[in-house]
Amino acid sequence: MMREIELNINGKKRKIAVRPKDLLLNVLRGELGLTGTKYGCGTGECGACTVLLDGKPILSCLTLAVAVDKRSLTTIEGIGTEESLHPLQQAFVDAGAVQCGYCTPGMILSAKALLDRNPNPTEDDIKQAIKGNLCRCTGYVKIIAAIQLAAKRMRGETA
Amino acid sequence: MREFKIVGKRVRKVDAASLVRGKPLFTDDIKFEDMLHARILWSPHAHARIKNIDTSGAEALPGVHAVLCYKNVPRVPHTTAGQGWPEPSPYDTYIFDNKVRYVGDRVAAVAAETEEIAEKALSLIKVEYELLPAIFDPEKSMEEGAPVIHDEPDCRQVLPLFYDPKHNHCAHIEVKTGDPDRGLGEADFVIEHKIKNHYAQHCTIEPHSCISYLDPMGRIVVRSSTQVPYYARRIVAQCLQVPERMVRVIKPRIGGGFGSKQEIVVEDVCAMLTLRTKHPVRLVFTRPEVFVSSRTRHPMVMRLKTGVKKDGTITAIKMHVISNTGPYGSHCMTVLGSTCAKTLPLYRCQNIEFIGDTVYTNLLNAGAYRGYGVLQGSFAMGIMMDEMANAIGMDPVDFWIKNTIRKGETSPIFSALSEIGKGAAQTVDSCALPECIGRGAAVFGWREKRERYRSQPDGSIKRGVGMVCTVHGGTVALLDMSSATAKMNEDGSFNLLISASDVGGGCDTVLSQIFAETLDIPLEDVVVYSTDTDVTPYDKGAYASGTTYLSGLAVIKTAEEIKKQILKVAADMLNEPQENLKLENKGVVSAKSGNRVEFGQIAKRSMYSKDQFQIAATASEFSHLHPQTFTAQFAEVEVDTETGQVKVLSYVAAIDCGTAINPTLAEGQAEGSIINGLSYALTEEFIFDEQGRVLNPSFGKYKIFSAPDIPKIKVMLVPSYEPSGPYGAKPIGEPAIDGVLPTISNAIYNAIGIRLTESPFTPEKVLRAIKEGKKGH
Repeated sequence: MMREIELNINGKKRKIAVRPKDLLLNVLRGELGLTGTKYGCGTGECGACTVLLDGKPILSCLTLAVAVDKRSLTTIEGIGTEESLHPLQQAFVDAGAVQCGYCTPGMILSAKALLDRNPNPTEDDIKQAIKGNLCRCTGYVKIIAAIQLAAKRMRGETA
Repeated sequence: MREFKIVGKRVRKVDAASLVRGKPLFTDDIKFEDMLHARILWSPHAHARIKNIDTSGAEALPGVHAVLCYKNVPRVPHTTAGQGWPEPSPYDTYIFDNKVRYVGDRVAAVAAETEEIAEKALSLIKVEYELLPAIFDPEKSMEEGAPVIHDEPDCRQVLPLFYDPKHNHCAHIEVKTGDPDRGLGEADFVIEHKIKNHYAQHCTIEPHSCISYLDPMGRIVVRSSTQVPYYARRIVAQCLQVPERMVRVIKPRIGGGFGSKQEIVVEDVCAMLTLRTKHPVRLVFTRPEVFVSSRTRHPMVMRLKTGVKKDGTITAIKMHVISNTGPYGSHCMTVLGSTCAKTLPLYRCQNIEFIGDTVYTNLLNAGAYRGYGVLQGSFAMGIMMDEMANAIGMDPVDFWIKNTIRKGETSPIFSALSEIGKGAAQTVDSCALPECIGRGAAVFGWREKRERYRSQPDGSIKRGVGMVCTVHGGTVALLDMSSATAKMNEDGSFNLLISASDVGGGCDTVLSQIFAETLDIPLEDVVVYSTDTDVTPYDKGAYASGTTYLSGLAVIKTAEEIKKQILKVAADMLNEPQENLKLENKGVVSAKSGNRVEFGQIAKRSMYSKDQFQIAATASEFSHLHPQTFTAQFAEVEVDTETGQVKVLSYVAAIDCGTAINPTLAEGQAEGSIINGLSYALTEEFIFDEQGRVLNPSFGKYKIFSAPDIPKIKVMLVPSYEPSGPYGAKPIGEPAIDGVLPTISNAIYNAIGIRLTESPFTPEKVLRAIKEGKKGH
């Protein structure tokens, strides 16, 4: 049984037919071609599938697509543009926070949710905000530095 | 030290801007028309013979296109180890066999129109097993009467190397230099320990992924998350029994490797399904499959005996190792060899005995994993060094300085053994280890902290500090080869085509920097592409920390060839002899006349105007030696003697990787290695039940560090200049992980006087050790 849902994805309205059991992750990657959202574990334990639902991070591998009907979603494709990266994206590039890049979309979205509600986070705030996003390459050191750098730039302070 | 324009600079990673936008760069980000989905049926038993397998129910399910098992695929003994050819790992693996050798071994595979149908089909396959006794204890595996894991007649070692599968005995290495027994006799203190490391998984966040399809000419294209595209092509061709030319391997971006993707664990079966169905087939491991059915780190039981004089002279090192490779011998001999060959050259001791055995068991399949035997050897020796220093009452910093190899020195181990067999004599031509120790200790505050923690407060919380040094020789000397191809474009830019396979570490960037430096061009004029075996030239791939070093040398050689061609054209254009000319900022200038032509003009002329030819070159380099990367590592820990909890407060690593071609990326390798190492030391652990089944194949139950777990960490790059390396560079991929286990063990010992010799140092283990009162020296 297919059911039509309406999503506001990255600022655009999309109508799409899904089955009640379809996971948001698979709908995003498979039906909508938004492959920036990654599969890492399928059990909500690695954070690679993180997207923002009404601005808050959720795990799309544990979320049914029908559960987000008429809601607003942001994926990594929805922040920044071809011409101009989002400050978090730019800071990840500048600070060397990207190695393999597989955890990066989820990591950036978790960080965005943090900075949107707390423009001046402490190091512990940052660690807590990304604790559900596993990275095996960087040891988190430069990721934390990148989020600090982005926060600084978004507050209008130099660097 | 030379001044460089681009080498040594913190340039941005060339792929970072596309990765942060989530572009479709990874294997599974692309869909194909009529693509089928593959799933694999895994063995529920640790050791069993398959008496019969009935796939008819699965085959009859609508939407199923193929079911493979031992009955309908060719039986080709091979190894999954992505190594040079012929491989030093035994040919003991089959695409499918009528025997399973661990819980998680392959039984059958299905390709169907959806993943759901494929899953359903697996449940319809009926397998009749004859259960066999299993062996899980590596120390008992070689005993007479133990179950024989490889009793099939066709398993074999291709090279003339030791192999005795009838006794589960996979590899054997003996090395002796000097007179170890006499050395022990001369010692004031002889110290013995049995040291054990544990299984671990690489935990790349991207699972092993493969999509294969037939091109219009009927060739098999394998798009795969592999660290070793050329080896993947060779092994897929071997398994499919087709010539290599029929297989094309494409490596897109890879979501982390650490050795786990140096193994051909998805490509063979995916390609076979494509061959049978003529459809594109996608095979992506689930996380539990990555944990159980990809590869793990070799656990070793290491018996150490070392002698030391009161003045701090080490008189002998005896190291006896049993390495557990699990059911298949992937990397079984070379990991063991590295435990000796790439670890022991660090020590200024002439009397060394190494006896190593690798055994089969019915536990998890080990393979290549960052550290590759050197981690194990460094764990054992790092503890022994601390014990010897304590025995004679010397500060470990002084003891390490006294007993570690220096620039200009050699080790008898170099010529006695390499990773693969007989070694190559070499001296250490670059070594900043004394500076690493000195600067690391100063930044860490070693002497102050050691003094401070001499008196511990009352209560259950104790603090302590520990340190070790490590060496890690990169590449497989006398075997590994890398190549690069470059061609000039009309605008004076270059395509740099490489098969040095960036798995995230950043070699696309580093190699572009090396190329740009050599031709004096800006980085944006290098369009780098890796890897496609139809297009990019042969390279060993990403392993043995050899990419910056060896692929870097190949890139320099290629750029030098290009330079010759450019100068020839420029000389004609400027009407001046080549001796007058030099490359400068994307052009050629005459030192004599001051006249100049731009690269764009040279390219257009050579393509369109006169004596036309494509300015292009391919060059290769071969590894003559193991470049030695050194580290000094320091940790401060807090141990709760009531709960057994170990908390790392701060960690400092000072690293001599020669010239850091890109310091940001080099730091990133070290930081990632150290956190991976700490996570391994403290929380990561496979739990098995009595039947050899993994009970915790998930991130929820197999705990790897997340951001709140990391301590204050400082990585310092201490430069040296390696004369054999590209612009003085040495390896950086693996070395930092090698020192973490012993550094933490030594710090725990310093805090509570209890010696932890078995990893991981979980609260349970720490409490048990406290209870048993495991004292060291």
